[in-house]
Amino acid sequence: MTELVNLHISEALDLLNKKEISSVELTKAHLSEMEKARFLNAYITETPERALADAEASDKRRANGDSLGALDGIPIANKDLYCTAGIRTTAASKMLSHFVPPYESTVTQKLKDAGTVMLGKVNTDQFAMGGSTMTSYFGVTKNPWTDEKGEYSLVPGGSSGGSAAAVSAGLCMGATGSDTGGSIRQPASFCGITGIKPTYGRCSRYGIVAFASSLDQAGPMARSVKDCALMLREMAGADGHDSTVAELPVPDFTAALTGDIRGKKIGIPKEYRPDGLNAEVARVWDKGIQLLQDAGAEIVDISLPHTKYALPVYYIVACAEASSNLSRYDGVRYTERVSGHTLDEMYENTRTDGFGPEVIRRILLGTFVLSAGFYDAYYTRAQRVRRLIYEDFKKAFETVDAIVVPAAPTPALSYEAMKNMSPVDTYLGDVFTTPSSLAGVPSLSLPVGLSNTGLPIGLQIIGKHFDENTVFQVGDVLEKAAGFNLMPHRVKG
Amino acid sequence: MSFNEQTIKTIANLARLKFPKEDEAKFMADIDSILNWVEQLKGVDVTGIEPLVSVSPRENAIRSDVVTEGNIQSELMANAPESVQGFYEVPRMVE
Repeated sequence: MTELVNLHISEALDLLNKKEISSVELTKAHLSEMEKARFLNAYITETPERALADAEASDKRRANGDSLGALDGIPIANKDLYCTAGIRTTAASKMLSHFVPPYESTVTQKLKDAGTVMLGKVNTDQFAMGGSTMTSYFGVTKNPWTDEKGEYSLVPGGSSGGSAAAVSAGLCMGATGSDTGGSIRQPASFCGITGIKPTYGRCSRYGIVAFASSLDQAGPMARSVKDCALMLREMAGADGHDSTVAELPVPDFTAALTGDIRGKKIGIPKEYRPDGLNAEVARVWDKGIQLLQDAGAEIVDISLPHTKYALPVYYIVACAEASSNLSRYDGVRYTERVSGHTLDEMYENTRTDGFGPEVIRRILLGTFVLSAGFYDAYYTRAQRVRRLIYEDFKKAFETVDAIVVPAAPTPALSYEAMKNMSPVDTYLGDVFTTPSSLAGVPSLSLPVGLSNTGLPIGLQIIGKHFDENTVFQVGDVLEKAAGFNLMPHRVKG
Repeated sequence: MSFNEQTIKTIANLARLKFPKEDEAKFMADIDSILNWVEQLKGVDVTGIEPLVSVSPRENAIRSDVVTEGNIQSELMANAPESVQGFYEVPRMVE
């Protein structure tokens, strides 16, 4: 069955349509792989019965010649931040550990309508706050890639670390992720898979547990650029429930995969090459630039002068919005309550007990920067600098078609290393992903090379607002040129 | 900026959080170091720069005020930790 769990979505669709395999076979192969890989702790909730029912319905549609969704019969996983009607949705928190949503998020509904089979809900950092899954109330997910000793000691990245690990280890064919400051792109890089944070406003946020509303964006994670293009097309589009979604037609992103990028201008910003940049990350970046040049792209040196301010701006804006969004968890509406003698005491007891330390830190920071006397000095100033970062990208895109930079400053780190890091040190892991988040531009992360110890290293392709087509086009050429087709040991067998 | 004992008490109260002493000291030190780190933004000249509030291309979106779903009280109340006859129940507020 190992072959079935290694297929790309595009390949599986082909075999399903030729009736060489059934969705039930494909789904069973994944369910059995999930069972073998429970030690990775990728899933918070497995939904095998729902999966088999979805798969049987899909096979029936195919046999009857009924109209099919674009991803009919494909088994996927959903990040446990997406509300799924009748299925527990925890945001990897104690606060929502028993929460069963009465409704379905727009993105998961669209994927359902596209005929996908849901295998379960995958782990994340608590309320999507973190870059390792170490803040999850349900325990850390292990990266399927092992260290030099062959041990599973590495983090999968985060916050969409469960999604990345599951895709990488063959525990689903694709997964939903969400990205506020790099939560799709960094774990994709750590686990050697592909993921895209689309333009802010491409996908509806309706039904995604809110972290920072001006930054949160849904996106797909899969094993190829084409698979991400296939998934994003089904996930995107306005729904009448999220007023920030653009009312633009959603293109067939796969049509952009022409294989030809001759004459495309690719920007390389000097600010992403600070002194002390990890040598292996720099080597893979240089290799990526060379491959694009060999494919006929024109490499252009550019400057994004406010890059170094992106991280502090991000942490102020994201935490401010989080402190507001998470005020709804009050012990009244969302299952968890720790009693108290007064209403205020009940609020305090519930919130202090239901949130983990990283969530509490961010609520405290956000509450502080929004409080009287500090609002202008911190929050408004951060929003002003955010505009400068946004203008940097706008200006760069007057001369280039896409920008290529590393996805993360290092390959996957070990739990041990991360355990002893200060909060600020862990925030530095988002250094290459937060600028494009603040600007709202689309960015794809794909594996391009390996570190000296055999760990994947990814690059980002950043594009203009709503120009995912160019991002996919360049990503597809780079993917084929890099020829990265490696898998973690346990999948290789 | 020094994030001192008085500040963390005020902020924790605003956020309806309450910690034992040792946790309070830890969070205070963490927030203080984060605030020291974000101080670097003070070095940016932002004269005349409008705050960027949203990167969405859409201005205010308006829709008709119509009920699209309803009569799902029991589904909505199912997640309430305590409820009475379709109402959320909280500790007594008025003696």
